[in-house]
Amino acid sequence: MLFRSRYDERDRGACGLMGWISRKGRRQNGEAILEAIANMHERGNGLGGGFAAYGIYPDWADYYCFHVMYGDERAKDQTEELLGQRFEVAHFEEIPTRPHPAIKNEPLLWRYFLSPKDVAEEATEDDHAVAAVMDVNAEIDGAFVFSSGKNMGAFKAVGYPEEVGQFFMVEHYEAYIWTAHARFPTNTQAWWGGAHPFCLLDYSVVHNGEISSYGINRRYLEMYGYRCTLQTDTEVMVYLFDLLVRRHRLPFEVACDAVAAPFWKNIDADEDEDRRRLRTMLRQVYASAMVNGPFAIVLGFGNGMLGLCDRIKLRPMVAAEDGDELYISSEEAAIHVMCPEPERVWMPKAGQPVVGYLDEGVAPGGAARVAADREE
Amino acid sequence: MRQSLVPRRFKQVIDHQKCQRCKRCVQACGFDALVFEGQVTPHPENECVACHYCVAHCPEEAITIVENPLRYRPHDAWTADIIMQTTKQAETGGVLLSGMGNDRPWGVLWDHLCLDACQVTNPSIDPLREPMELRTYLGRKPDAVEVEMGPEGRPVVTSTVPPQLQLETPVLFAPMSFGSISLHAQKALAMAATELGTYWSTGEGGLHPDLYEYSDRAIVQCASGRFGVHEQYLQAGAAVEIKIGQGAKPGIGGHLPGRKVTSAIAETRGIPEGSDALSPAPHHDIYSIEDLRQLIYALKEATEYRVPVSVKIAAVHNVAAIASGIVRAGADIIYLDGFRGGTGAAPTAIRNHLGIPIEVAIAAVDRRLRQEGIRNEASLVAAGSIRNSADLAKAIALGADAVAVATAALIALGCHMCQQCPTGNCSWGICTQRPELVRRLDPAWGAERAANLIRGWTEELKEILGALGVNALESLRGSRDRLRAVGLDDKTREILDVKAAGE
Repeated sequence: MLFRSRYDERDRGACGLMGWISRKGRRQNGEAILEAIANMHERGNGLGGGFAAYGIYPDWADYYCFHVMYGDERAKDQTEELLGQRFEVAHFEEIPTRPHPAIKNEPLLWRYFLSPKDVAEEATEDDHAVAAVMDVNAEIDGAFVFSSGKNMGAFKAVGYPEEVGQFFMVEHYEAYIWTAHARFPTNTQAWWGGAHPFCLLDYSVVHNGEISSYGINRRYLEMYGYRCTLQTDTEVMVYLFDLLVRRHRLPFEVACDAVAAPFWKNIDADEDEDRRRLRTMLRQVYASAMVNGPFAIVLGFGNGMLGLCDRIKLRPMVAAEDGDELYISSEEAAIHVMCPEPERVWMPKAGQPVVGYLDEGVAPGGAARVAADREE
Repeated sequence: MRQSLVPRRFKQVIDHQKCQRCKRCVQACGFDALVFEGQVTPHPENECVACHYCVAHCPEEAITIVENPLRYRPHDAWTADIIMQTTKQAETGGVLLSGMGNDRPWGVLWDHLCLDACQVTNPSIDPLREPMELRTYLGRKPDAVEVEMGPEGRPVVTSTVPPQLQLETPVLFAPMSFGSISLHAQKALAMAATELGTYWSTGEGGLHPDLYEYSDRAIVQCASGRFGVHEQYLQAGAAVEIKIGQGAKPGIGGHLPGRKVTSAIAETRGIPEGSDALSPAPHHDIYSIEDLRQLIYALKEATEYRVPVSVKIAAVHNVAAIASGIVRAGADIIYLDGFRGGTGAAPTAIRNHLGIPIEVAIAAVDRRLRQEGIRNEASLVAAGSIRNSADLAKAIALGADAVAVATAALIALGCHMCQQCPTGNCSWGICTQRPELVRRLDPAWGAERAANLIRGWTEELKEILGALGVNALESLRGSRDRLRAVGLDDKTREILDVKAAGE
């Protein structure tokens, strides 16, 4: 198939990251973030670039939007048959692209707006959607669901991110959260599925680093029904947040304490007894969910954006605030492209998340859903 | 003139030029294998077992132990060992006994596994400069932590975690009873475990009154003989362990002969002095998994659910399914003992031929528990010839939560692996109840050496983790992609879930 790796092994890499959110929900098109990620050209090598955008499908905000890559028509037929069995397909179309000399071997690119049907009694609609994503990606050769959230979407390809952005015409999408990625994989093969962001439901992850604990993170997730089929370590990051936040209902900040756990010496010395107890239990219970090795990620979710570095900060991350806007980037220079004089610029500490939430009521799709889940 | 037709395995060679005739070696030998007849001479009947106690204590370094150069005509099937065993059995008409673990050349799978290391794309970590965490909790873990947002938006835990053992290094001292080893040897391990922040185990012989001060670092065993099991004993331990089987002798019981049952052992075990202490092969109240469940919960009731309950089994062919049943029966820890595990005494035929290697047992059990979604419900302790920090790291990578060591710990106390444990003549004072021999082992000296050994492994394990680019042991635990195999067949690799080197 066109976009699958030739080698049955996972990818590792070094990369450039960029994220932007307007807490007030002000939308902007993808031109600004494209320029910012292009400023970090050196951090990629032309083997992958991508974007995630939130708030781009307001007319279809209540539907799961699956972005799917196909290697051939047969894969498309099989996938559409599966989707038709499990969802009401409210709308579907080819993802619009413009030809670009640097973007080659493009697969068929389609998107589907879906409403679940015949959801099993013990499952939620999200579980239903996740199962469909897992089944397509693991079982249909030549098909890959690369985005599956509501009112959001991922756009990614083999190329430099500025080329990928031009190919997908990101200037036509208006979003209140943008993330972007420039890829520098160390296994030098090009496959579209390996580009970032990696997505499941509303979660999208752009990632710089290598997950040295991948083996156990994958085996831990498999115990909870996740199938790691995408040959890259980044997907475990997405599934971990899905498990911890959506299924185990941990607040994002608490999930970060599990994924990039504080050191025992700091936990033991913590005078805040509640926090010490919480963090001790998190390390006992989620030992296999701790992500080790160098990483920096920007995680987009329905109602916000989060930046996180590994527990000893082996990959760069800088954050900035300006008014209601939060920026997270691998390099400060890229932030200045979007915002010449931010009010505050800082270096997030190892293992400490930087989180920006949308204000109440801004995102009727994702945000309201996450909040409602919490209240149950 | 020797009575036996079995030739000596070893010869003591005395350098009479160096020897000052101090006779220290004659007194030192627990096996009375040296006599003084004008000069030091091998005993005409008693055999040297190559325990090296005399060598280590000869002030003139005048003693050398050599293998008896006597050769049999070579034969691939009828090796010298087999001919000697056959002859010995014909002389005694009994069951041949051995001590320590399986010494047959089955191969050691650890020696076919390579650990990974970082280069370029992920940086290695220097444990001398950066924190490196080995803390390990053994016990049942829930699926999730439940959190509610408290006042001021602060998260507060609303769920609990069952009782855990907290280890500062993932190495336990394996169970060895007072009876199988001396009180001094047991005390040395108890002291070392306390100092290291790990645990020792009583084995099945009860807890001597002198060792109650180390009971908060003790795992107290409840085995088929129920020796020394009473309320105070169960309440004293940091965990309770039901011993079903032992790697060196799966499926059979134990026998501490009456001549070793001293008054102290009798008191500790609650049996008459000089009586044989027989551990039945099965627990006579456990004939099925539901019976095991009853005992697990009886022990939990007796300890008011304050401590984890462990179940120790030998690694046998169907170990994965058995382990799964044990977890579902309520065990918080599974202790797996592989077929190279040691013993104070076992029939040689049993020791050398029953059970399976610990490497495949860890892999099979860890995988099975994951397939069933219950891996978090019990911790996995692996034992059965963990020889060094590399074996330890590989066991963790295959999926063990911690390992237990007995042989290595006894070597730290002076053991030279002469395999004569059943004789009770251990010159080093470890595997004997003869007071003049026990006295030789100073518990404080032994504790320091045992602690040194584990400290050394601990430092090496940190170096290995640093090379792997992770700074916490849980990031290696079960991470089988950090292992590669050299010279293993496809099926074994499939069971270990380890790729071939170069893949």
